[in-house]
Amino acid sequence: MISDTELKQITNLAKLIIDENTKHETIKDLNAILELATQLGQIDTNNITPMAHPLHMTQRLRADKVTEQDQSKSFQSIAPKIGKQHYLVPTVIE
Amino acid sequence: MNIHDKTIAELAQGLKNKEFSSVELTQHYLDRINASDLNAFITITDEIAIKQAQVADQHIASSQSTTLTGIPYAHKDIFCTHGVKTSAASKMLDNFIAPYDATVSHKLNQSGLVMLGKANMDEFAMGSSNESSFYGAVKNPWDTNKVPGGSSGGSAVAVAGGLSAFATGTDTGGSIRQPASLCGITGIKPTYGRVSRYGMIAYASSLDQAGPLTKTAEDSAIVLNAIAGFDEKDSTSVDTEVPDYTQNLNDSIQGLTIGLPKEFFAEGLDDGVAKAIMAAVKEFEALGAVVKEISLPNSKYAIPTYYIVAPCECSSNLSRMDGVRFGHRCTDPTDLEDLYLRSRTEGFGEEVKRRIMIGTYALSAGYYDAYYLKAQKTRHLISNDFKEAFKKVDVIMGPVSPTTAFDLGSFKDPVSMYLADIYTLSTNLAGLPAMSIPAGLSQKMPVGLQMIGNYWSESKLLNIAHQFQQQTDWHAQTP
Repeated sequence: MISDTELKQITNLAKLIIDENTKHETIKDLNAILELATQLGQIDTNNITPMAHPLHMTQRLRADKVTEQDQSKSFQSIAPKIGKQHYLVPTVIE
Repeated sequence: MNIHDKTIAELAQGLKNKEFSSVELTQHYLDRINASDLNAFITITDEIAIKQAQVADQHIASSQSTTLTGIPYAHKDIFCTHGVKTSAASKMLDNFIAPYDATVSHKLNQSGLVMLGKANMDEFAMGSSNESSFYGAVKNPWDTNKVPGGSSGGSAVAVAGGLSAFATGTDTGGSIRQPASLCGITGIKPTYGRVSRYGMIAYASSLDQAGPLTKTAEDSAIVLNAIAGFDEKDSTSVDTEVPDYTQNLNDSIQGLTIGLPKEFFAEGLDDGVAKAIMAAVKEFEALGAVVKEISLPNSKYAIPTYYIVAPCECSSNLSRMDGVRFGHRCTDPTDLEDLYLRSRTEGFGEEVKRRIMIGTYALSAGYYDAYYLKAQKTRHLISNDFKEAFKKVDVIMGPVSPTTAFDLGSFKDPVSMYLADIYTLSTNLAGLPAMSIPAGLSQKMPVGLQMIGNYWSESKLLNIAHQFQQQTDWHAQTP
């Protein structure tokens, strides 16, 4: 179950800020969901393989050929900032 | 009959017979959308719609049209649409103008359809009530104090409220079937891999599947014909033959074996809903079907399994929304950490954050085996239950939702709303096709009958639904 310390670890990994005023409510809600998940402990899953794909298919491989056209102009047209054909992001390292 | 109550098949005939033009039809729907207070749309694309309708009218005049040419529809705001805002109902993507079309969007354009606008939905398709949208809740046209269901709530309301001839939707845990049920319309979630996921903003990649929301099974068949098929751009798309889904609609269902899972009729199911479902099953018996009780013993674990698997996939999929690669960017970040933290915190709504946190926790070191791996193993057991069931029956039937539409704001805690997904989640976990069709009313609100088929049996499901709709008129009832 999630404690204050674990919430801190989760929000750090998920890159989210949880307001101090809503922290307890958040922990309560998350623990209620994990409480649901404890039902899974009742099931015997020994010798059961995990199911990652509904049809048990593996990823298809394609020929090593260029299939996409250069659309950088179109993609950069919706970027907040561009310069010299690069995407400009806020300065975060001085 | 009002023009907006007509089915796609009827509208196509009207267009062909020159009873009305696509421009007139489109304007009629646009007028209704503008006069509506149901909040079914995030963006109304009136200029695009009229242009597409003009082109459609030219094609119809030169006999180059198909059944879908000139038909106006609502497109769930989860599908990328070139040059049009695609928000997934999130503040995070409020300013995202998609630079390309999703394959579904492309195929609909190729069919000569008219896009009226982008339909409202739960944020990133996470929700069962359409209350988590950044653009506000959608109202159910049968009773505006009630939810339309979710996450494709705007799509369902657009169809049920006579605001579009049909709508697109996506179904990760019931997001086509549940709103279709709560709004009294028809919806089909195809087999996983049947419809391309390319350009469909991902929530849980191993569960998401697109499908139509329509007035009738025949209309669903017509739309599915347009959107189904292999797509090289989607690595989970399956390369199998796509039949003509309208071909077998009129086949007899004499001798059909229907399985009723006892777990779907246990405690928690509303009496009025149960009564409507059993009355529908009796109709099928009258059509020559045979009913058998079956068991899906692990279906009771669908809720905990889904609410681990889906959040895990969502926490991974939404990591790209960081204010740099995608999504809302906070103002004046002090450093990279601040940029990520504030952009994501400001951009995501509460339910999305909750699912990201659960997924992050379940995938983190020390918890992966206990939660994610365990859920993936349970998923296998749930899928095996269906395999066993389909050795005995042709189709599984039951309710879509334990109740009819509930009041807006009535669920205060997330888990109690998750519990209402009990009958729809297991089919997504197994990747099976399933439908909701109108089966009756309970206290003047629609009840949906769920039909679950074996893999790739969409044609059979649509045939069964069509035969039911030839004998009943629940699908023709309007709010």
